[in-house]
Amino acid sequence: MKSAAFDHVAPETVDQALALLVRHGDDAKILAGGQSLVPVLALRLASPSWLIDLNRIASLSGIRRLESGELAIGALTRQRMLERSDVVALANPLLAAAMPWIAHVQIRNRGTIGGSLAHADPAAELPALCVACDAILVAQSQRGRREIAAAEFFKGMFETALAADELLVEIRFPGWPVGRAHGFLEVARRHGDFAICGIAATIDRNDDGGICDSRIVAFGVNDRPVRLAAAERALIGNRGTGDAILAAASAASTGLSPRSDHHASSEYRLELAQVLTRRALIQAMPQALRNKAN
Amino acid sequence: MTLVDFLRETLSLTGTHIGCEHGVCGACTVLLDGESVRACLMFAVQADGANVTTVEGLAPPGEMNDLQRAFQAFHALQCGFCTPGILTTVTALLRENPKPTEDQVRHAISGNICRCTGYQPIVQAILDCARSRARVIAAGEGRAK
Repeated sequence: MKSAAFDHVAPETVDQALALLVRHGDDAKILAGGQSLVPVLALRLASPSWLIDLNRIASLSGIRRLESGELAIGALTRQRMLERSDVVALANPLLAAAMPWIAHVQIRNRGTIGGSLAHADPAAELPALCVACDAILVAQSQRGRREIAAAEFFKGMFETALAADELLVEIRFPGWPVGRAHGFLEVARRHGDFAICGIAATIDRNDDGGICDSRIVAFGVNDRPVRLAAAERALIGNRGTGDAILAAASAASTGLSPRSDHHASSEYRLELAQVLTRRALIQAMPQALRNKAN
Repeated sequence: MTLVDFLRETLSLTGTHIGCEHGVCGACTVLLDGESVRACLMFAVQADGANVTTVEGLAPPGEMNDLQRAFQAFHALQCGFCTPGILTTVTALLRENPKPTEDQVRHAISGNICRCTGYQPIVQAILDCARSRARVIAAGEGRAK
């Protein structure tokens, strides 16, 4: 099917884009990579009168490692650019590990990090990665700039904390602590399909090797990324032996009530949450032991 | 108007096919400045200033390049509907990774759906083309020494 007719405008600056957003309000949608929006238009799930095309705004794209150690990424940065980036590989190994799991190369060649985050699909990887890394999402409007913690950004299915007149302009990931270990994996019916369940995990250890912090974030099992707090608690304070991993994995489904749909039953999603937590922690464990030994 | 509609209707380049029209099947894949993209997920106006390569651009008119000849030799197409999208995808793959493993080939074409072949002959054709190109390069290097 084909989209309904619309007017297309391609501003050259963020200020122009913000003015257009205010002028057209509900009649307009933002076009970034288009990999989520254009299917919505083609299926006529939405028919905005205006598309505000951000792709001419060069200042919205870029990857920078700040002096603070933070990784600052422009919202319009293509996912493929993140995937290929040496800066990202060094500054956030979890993000680098997850990028090839996102859809297919053709999608990543156009899709942007900001677009994925603003779209907030419950099965998407980037929202979960932002939650796992405590990323800051920077929104801009004619009223000014606002920094939103990832934990506050994702409100529900396709729903974010962005106001109607706001544009997501930048994502900042905190510096990667020395010795942090990570794991990432997801299950989909075919590689590249939307995740039925996925896990992004990080583990931080004390000098004595005890686990002092952990993030285990699941996606595809709720209307937004969800921290598996019970699983995280099962790891804190111990050394992360096999028993601890199993304890964390069985705690992974605590408090989850995923929906059943034609991709997977609720029971299968719950089982995947446990199995993938175990596997993600196994990915993370050897690294943590290696890191501390160095 | 999407890029794929522009290519097919306005430019009469009907080699690029429309399958699902929502970005899932890969039949509409073209190269935009050398990178594989879904032509059904871009509007034509967004290609302003860019270089677009369709399946028609892989070889001179009426001819086939080595990748296309490998597809013919290995029966890597039956109805041919998915084929242009796979050829452009693989053109980008081999430019970036001239010696892919079988796993890498399967991974690279995972965004293109084929209903006819079961993918096996497609994978074989791609690997054969990559090996032949590597042999040509090696032979050339041998002569240069």
